[in-house]
Amino acid sequence: MKLNKLIIGASALAMIAGAASAEDMTIVSWGGAYQASQQNAYFDPYMAMHPDVNIITDESSGEAVAKLRAMAEAGNISWDVVDVVAADAMRLCDEGLAMEIDPDTQLAPAPDGTPASEDFGDLLVSECFIPQIVYSTTFGYRTDMVGDTPPSSVCDVFDTETYPGKRSLEKRPIGNMEWALICDGVADADVYDVLATPEGQAQAFAKLDTIKDDVIWWSAGADTPQLLADGEVVMGSTYNGRLFALIEEQHQPVAMLWDAQVYDLDGWIIPAGLSAERQQAALDFVYFATDTQRLADQAKYISYGPARASSAPLVGKHESLGIDMAPHMPTDPANAQHTFLFNYNWWADYRDDLDAKFQAWLAQ
Amino acid sequence: MSDATANGPVLAADGTPLKKSLQRSLRHKKFRALMLIAPLLAFVLVTFVAPIGAMLLRSVENQIVPDTLPRTVVALADWDATSGELPDEAAFAALAADLAEAFDNKTHVKLAIRLNYESPGMTSLFKKTGKAAARRFDPDQPYRQQFIDLRPEWGEVEIWQLLKTYSSRYTNGYFVNAIDMQKTPDGLVMKPDGQRVYMASMLRTLGLTLVITLLCLTIGYPIAFLLANLPMSKANLLMILVLLPFWTSLLVRTSAWKVLLQQQGVVNDVLVWLGVLADDSRLELINNQTGTIITMTHILLPFMILPLYSVMKGIPPYYVRAAKSLGATNWTAFWRVYFPQSIPGIGAGAILVFILSVGYYITPELVGGRSGKFISNWIADFVLKSPNWGLAAALGAILLALVMVLYVLYDKIVGIDNVKLG
Repeated sequence: MKLNKLIIGASALAMIAGAASAEDMTIVSWGGAYQASQQNAYFDPYMAMHPDVNIITDESSGEAVAKLRAMAEAGNISWDVVDVVAADAMRLCDEGLAMEIDPDTQLAPAPDGTPASEDFGDLLVSECFIPQIVYSTTFGYRTDMVGDTPPSSVCDVFDTETYPGKRSLEKRPIGNMEWALICDGVADADVYDVLATPEGQAQAFAKLDTIKDDVIWWSAGADTPQLLADGEVVMGSTYNGRLFALIEEQHQPVAMLWDAQVYDLDGWIIPAGLSAERQQAALDFVYFATDTQRLADQAKYISYGPARASSAPLVGKHESLGIDMAPHMPTDPANAQHTFLFNYNWWADYRDDLDAKFQAWLAQ
Repeated sequence: MSDATANGPVLAADGTPLKKSLQRSLRHKKFRALMLIAPLLAFVLVTFVAPIGAMLLRSVENQIVPDTLPRTVVALADWDATSGELPDEAAFAALAADLAEAFDNKTHVKLAIRLNYESPGMTSLFKKTGKAAARRFDPDQPYRQQFIDLRPEWGEVEIWQLLKTYSSRYTNGYFVNAIDMQKTPDGLVMKPDGQRVYMASMLRTLGLTLVITLLCLTIGYPIAFLLANLPMSKANLLMILVLLPFWTSLLVRTSAWKVLLQQQGVVNDVLVWLGVLADDSRLELINNQTGTIITMTHILLPFMILPLYSVMKGIPPYYVRAAKSLGATNWTAFWRVYFPQSIPGIGAGAILVFILSVGYYITPELVGGRSGKFISNWIADFVLKSPNWGLAAALGAILLALVMVLYVLYDKIVGIDNVKLG
């Protein structure tokens, strides 16, 4: 009897201790091949080093702004670390929904001692944003559906005579508006000035009108690779890492059209208003996950460029395919002959405006 | 007996008036019934009525403007918005003070987002002005000029009209937006051509839903008839064929339709192989209305078949036999005798399919493309992607009201008592 009680008591204690020590940390990202690369490069190693931390993943980054607004309103923040694009990080920072970070004290310095602020350099686009990768939104095309003259310019997307068939574009204004203006004769450097005016927006929509009925609009990063693989579209925009997987891992007859690729940044934010312990845990994870080696590790799994200058020399071969990753990076000189300089600040300001107009245009 | 009524109320056995005694026992029963359903009632109130009520309240709520710009709201109270002139210096000074405070509390972006719903362009205007206001305007210079130098928009009277229009704590603005109109100082006007989308989408939703319901009925009726009239062993097999897709995940079925219907898909491949279509003129069956109609008809078909089947099962076969023995043709016996008895099943199936379909969102999102978009997709967009919960709530409230109106109409025409699930 006594022994029984002892055992029960001891196991109850053990359970309490267990519950207290295994900390849950919810990390939100984009799902798919990208989140898999994070799982390999960050989450698994971190959990191996910290057996008391249990990382729970969520795939809601596309709705991060809306959901964080809702959580802040309800006063119950259930996310600890969130992966967002730079423009969303700026929006969240402006609204006070993300925590401000001091890179030099809260992020790891480079191995040679360079402070994080210098290592990340220009990519620290907001006080709340901890950069992780440079990716690009660009086009892939079916090599067997374009005849003998494969497309070489982004404006071929708008040329339905030479390249008949459907194309897939993202169901949001970012990227599409810029490409429309470039192909309507606006110089790269003037694009955002033009796009800030109602006339410029009308011009971009008019250009998009010319292919409106030839477009399948996608909202998930996996849509375009699927549509290309099925031969449903002749060309389509998506993130370059998804096209890499389609071409190199699945060996589909698809090639990259790097022309006018739009660079963007992706990184972490920590929601504002976490309890002190959770904030500390989140900071600890981010410190680990954005150090030089870890960022280089992620490039073993997906062709996105690490955000630190010091990580670039460490980028090696793909983990399972064994091919050199450098030529597949959006920043490789051969791929970056014509890149479009994406203006995060501009989009942080105009996103809400143009989203509304774009959705209305789409519905017409 | 007769003198008992003449002498006073009828008494119960214990001497109290019978009426009172009856009432008491009735009250007792009602109370017991209420207690029995209390847990369910509480559950429905807490998990259904309260959250939906709170959400619908958002469709009229507008606290953010008066809370963020208290001084400006007061200063604008006396300004005549229809005068065509800018408000006076005091209003500009009030706005400068409000914005400086809002910037410190980081509420100016929330306000900007709110006003941006009404007039795209406000987010950037308020973010820029908020930053400047935080660095403090020069109080010795006229504020008006400083504002206009910062962003020329502040010299446009429309912006101030907007601020004044939306300065009250409650607004019908979201509803006005939801019916594609906008508020101006001169009353309600239609939005410019390119921005009228919700009413068209609402009508399209109702139209498509009607088509889907009719298709379900035309396809479902013969199947239900077969099910009810075949010998048990064959009917059971058929029933499994009806139920199997019903038990399959919605997403799986929708994705399967994608594979079947796309241009390089199974249906087009077969048609090309048969020589019905040329290879370069494949049909567009998905990412448009056709895709939505086909997929949703398939998904909702069991909701039509099952109530029809259970009603038909209850129709005695000898009525039709009697009609035939009295000289009716097959058609007359069906149309005059069998069909009227199956109407309650049609009513139940049609209501089920219609109500489910009008609120559908995931299937149109996946296969509907631009032209097969339902109003629920807009609501979902406004909840999740470009958050505008007020407008989502207003659209939801309108959809709810529309469905209720249709329900009342249905009750008037067909009669709701004439609906049976079995």
